[in-house]
Amino acid sequence: MKELLTLRINGQTHEAAVPSHFTLLETLRYVLQLTGSKQGCDKGDCGACTVWLDGRPTLSCITPVHEAVGAEVRTVEGLVGLRTGSGTPHPLQDAFDVCGAAQCGFCTPGILMSAAALLEENTSPSRDEIRDALSGNLCRCTGYTKIYDAVEMAAERLREQGERGVGR
Amino acid sequence: MSTRTPRRTRAVPPRDDPEVGDPAEELEEHISHPDQDGQAPHGRRERVETNVIGQRLRKTDGLAKSTGRARYTDDISLPGMLHGKILRSPHPHARILSIDTSAAEQMAGVHAVVTGAEMPRSYGIIPWTPDEQALATDRVRYVGDAVAAVAADDEDTANRALEAIRVEYEELEPLLDPREAERRTDVQIHDPKKPGYNGNITKVVKLEFGEVDGEMDAADVVVEGDYFFEGSTHTPIEPHCAVGLWEEGGIAGTRLTVWSSTQVPHYLHRELARVLELEAARIRVIQPAVGGGFGGKSEPFDLEFCVAKLAMKSGRPVKILYTREEVFYAHRGRHPFLMKYRLGADREGRIRAVDNRALLDGGAYASFGLVTAYYSGQLLPAPYEIPAYRFHSTRVYTNKPACGPKRGHGSVQPRFAFEVQLDKLAERLDLDPIELRRRNFMGEDRRTINELRVTSNGFLQCLDAVERASGWKEKHRRLPFGRGVGVAGSCYISGTNYPIYPNEMPQSGIQIQVDRSGRVTVFSGASDIGQGSDSMVAYIAAEELGVPLESVRVLTSDTDLTPVDLGAYSSRVTFMLGNACIDACRKMKALVQQAVAEHWDAKPQRVLLAGGQAMDGLDTSRQMPIAGAFNLAEAKYGTLGATGSYNTPKDVHGEYRGGTIGASPAYSFTAHVAEVEVDPETGFVDVKTIWVAHDCGRALNPAIVEGQMEGSAYMGFGEALMEQQIFKDADHGRAGLHDAPSLLDYRIPTSLDTPELASLIIESIDPEGPYGAKEAGEGPLHPSIPAIANAIYDAVGVRMDSMPFSPPRVWKAIQAQKEMEGREGKAVAAD
Repeated sequence: MKELLTLRINGQTHEAAVPSHFTLLETLRYVLQLTGSKQGCDKGDCGACTVWLDGRPTLSCITPVHEAVGAEVRTVEGLVGLRTGSGTPHPLQDAFDVCGAAQCGFCTPGILMSAAALLEENTSPSRDEIRDALSGNLCRCTGYTKIYDAVEMAAERLREQGERGVGR
Repeated sequence: MSTRTPRRTRAVPPRDDPEVGDPAEELEEHISHPDQDGQAPHGRRERVETNVIGQRLRKTDGLAKSTGRARYTDDISLPGMLHGKILRSPHPHARILSIDTSAAEQMAGVHAVVTGAEMPRSYGIIPWTPDEQALATDRVRYVGDAVAAVAADDEDTANRALEAIRVEYEELEPLLDPREAERRTDVQIHDPKKPGYNGNITKVVKLEFGEVDGEMDAADVVVEGDYFFEGSTHTPIEPHCAVGLWEEGGIAGTRLTVWSSTQVPHYLHRELARVLELEAARIRVIQPAVGGGFGGKSEPFDLEFCVAKLAMKSGRPVKILYTREEVFYAHRGRHPFLMKYRLGADREGRIRAVDNRALLDGGAYASFGLVTAYYSGQLLPAPYEIPAYRFHSTRVYTNKPACGPKRGHGSVQPRFAFEVQLDKLAERLDLDPIELRRRNFMGEDRRTINELRVTSNGFLQCLDAVERASGWKEKHRRLPFGRGVGVAGSCYISGTNYPIYPNEMPQSGIQIQVDRSGRVTVFSGASDIGQGSDSMVAYIAAEELGVPLESVRVLTSDTDLTPVDLGAYSSRVTFMLGNACIDACRKMKALVQQAVAEHWDAKPQRVLLAGGQAMDGLDTSRQMPIAGAFNLAEAKYGTLGATGSYNTPKDVHGEYRGGTIGASPAYSFTAHVAEVEVDPETGFVDVKTIWVAHDCGRALNPAIVEGQMEGSAYMGFGEALMEQQIFKDADHGRAGLHDAPSLLDYRIPTSLDTPELASLIIESIDPEGPYGAKEAGEGPLHPSIPAIANAIYDAVGVRMDSMPFSPPRVWKAIQAQKEMEGREGKAVAAD
């Protein structure tokens, strides 16, 4: 059975007929074609599906779509433009590219959402704080090293931006 | 770091300098030409100066992946697409008596049901061992073996349809222990190859080089040990996925397209044709972005055949996405090994003889097992000089998911045992373990005892680098109880010398096309599974043709569009595809140089292509944008395109049976030092840092090479300490059931578990590699496990000869040690 739901995703309002048992991840990927968020395990173990629900990193594969109704959802697609102005990748996304932090790239969307949430609160995280923030996201390619480098590079850019008052 | 002093390119001499000879000839030295046969120049071991190669550059797909734009197989959605599901065996070993799909077929929303009877032809990634079927017809051999498949409007309907399929089984006794499978003949997992053979044995390899028994008898010291390597699985974060599309009619006739998360599109193409009994020319295989492979996607799986057959039957596109549980059943991961090793050496620690015996638990099917059985011995006789060597490996079937190639295929297990053996030898002789390894170094440009040709070899530099970076001399045997360091070395192939099916055609091909706009399009059949092969060919095109990197497009892995590359396995891609790309680019470059030279009325070798310009190397004020140069070439030669190929040299191995397996055009070398802290109260091992030095020949992009080194060390660390691939026995639930088919229970390291990883790139400049490059994706995994085992010994004095080094095992070993010391103490007191 499908229901007509109104969802706020990446600052836009979507009306969609969604099977009522769908998770938020299924709705994003298979109803709205927002395929950036990934399904790695479908049971909340790997973190590849991480999105923001009202700014909080949330495992969308174990979140019923109903819980997202009335909330602001942000996905990896919606990181583009955040803190940079329209159309430009988030400093974190650019830093991932510069540092080679994405190898296969499948965990990357989830890791970006966890890391970006950290940087929203703290633009000077220590390496241990970064490790903590990413502990719910499994990466099988990188050994995490280049990911830490990228988060630190993005943090530095955000600090510089903050000093210049850009994007606020 | 380079093992050789880089040759600096001299400044181009001014034209009026009376001291210089013919400037064009001088310049010629600096300009690379293809050999007459079009191959990249071989035989040099000098660092070629480059503009693009060697830089820390972005990857061609980097931003697509970090913005969510990259499209993986499950991101594909076609109009009218159905969802497929596969019914799997609940039994580890059973005969299929009947399958009744009638109820499922009649369900609303179900569009097709398929069983093995409709695709009965057996297949196997190794052509000599075709022992699998797309769906089992008469026997199932592990819990999870595929039996039937359905396509329905949605996933839920498909799942309900599976429940409506009735399969009648006659249960058979399962064999789960490889020792039992080797011994027993009353239960046969597969039919014997010949009467009188044991159908549980898939491959036996016995090879001997030199006088092993004589050397062993003459040795001053013999180290013996029994080792157990527990299997592990790849767990790429992307589950396997495939989409099938069947189109009929029109001039093209019938056509099948399969999108798959495979790392071997070419082999998949061949096997689809075989099993579906279709002409290969009617099949198109497309590999979209792949979310990790590590060897786990390097052969065809049931889902690819099923999406194809279901699409053919229903006339609609069909997608199957494995659940995470199914990924564990698909497996093809690291074989469990039981090993008995003997090592003889003289008083100075020089190896005299090595005698190894291994029993490989292969699981239900052959997979790459024939190769695994050879690799378990063939890849050990480097980087150390081994004057006499024997190995005897037996691979058996068991009723568990099939094992196959996982990163470092077949050679990670023996490397673990052997490097621990070396540590024990060093201990016995009171030698520093790094010094012991140096003493046994085989050198460069040598044949191993099993006749593998080793050319560049930077192993000593690897040892030096980890020794220095880790502070080894201040730490080894000097840290307080509970802390320790360990070292290990290894060697790995840069691509396997021969394709899986015998043929004389190239292993890698590249096609390039040059556009009037100045853009270069590279058509590559290689599989970028995250290791960066798409980027690698882009860097080469930019280097050779002088275009900016952003003017290079790479189109990949589509059997309708791209030349054949054999796939992302055996660490072959950089070496083989890189050389093929250089070949294609230099052919194109010669055309462009010629056309521009004629325009300028100069010798072609004066024309340099770099930085988006064609310029006169002797008069740099004369230049034109690269697009203009391409236009001149197109005007002269017509539409511009070039192809390049790579095939391996054929004189790099022995002539004995099996001598080709383990042969490679080049070998990479690695050394690790691991530093650990062991809690003797709990047995918990905290790996603090792993220093990884790897001879990759030359780093085409150091950031990507480091990523491979770090990812490898991480993966080895996970296997050493955390990952457990366990199956229940009859006393603990259903026999043969995977104990933990989830990412929660099968524990791979999180950010909190993973140690500091320090990458130290060693560049030996391989004479045949592209710009000197060799592999970096698999070699750097090997030493992680023995380096950690040896560090645990340095920390608490216990030998961990069985994996994983989990807290209960380490704790027990420490307790046993204490008890022994206690007894010895009493014995001393009683004296």
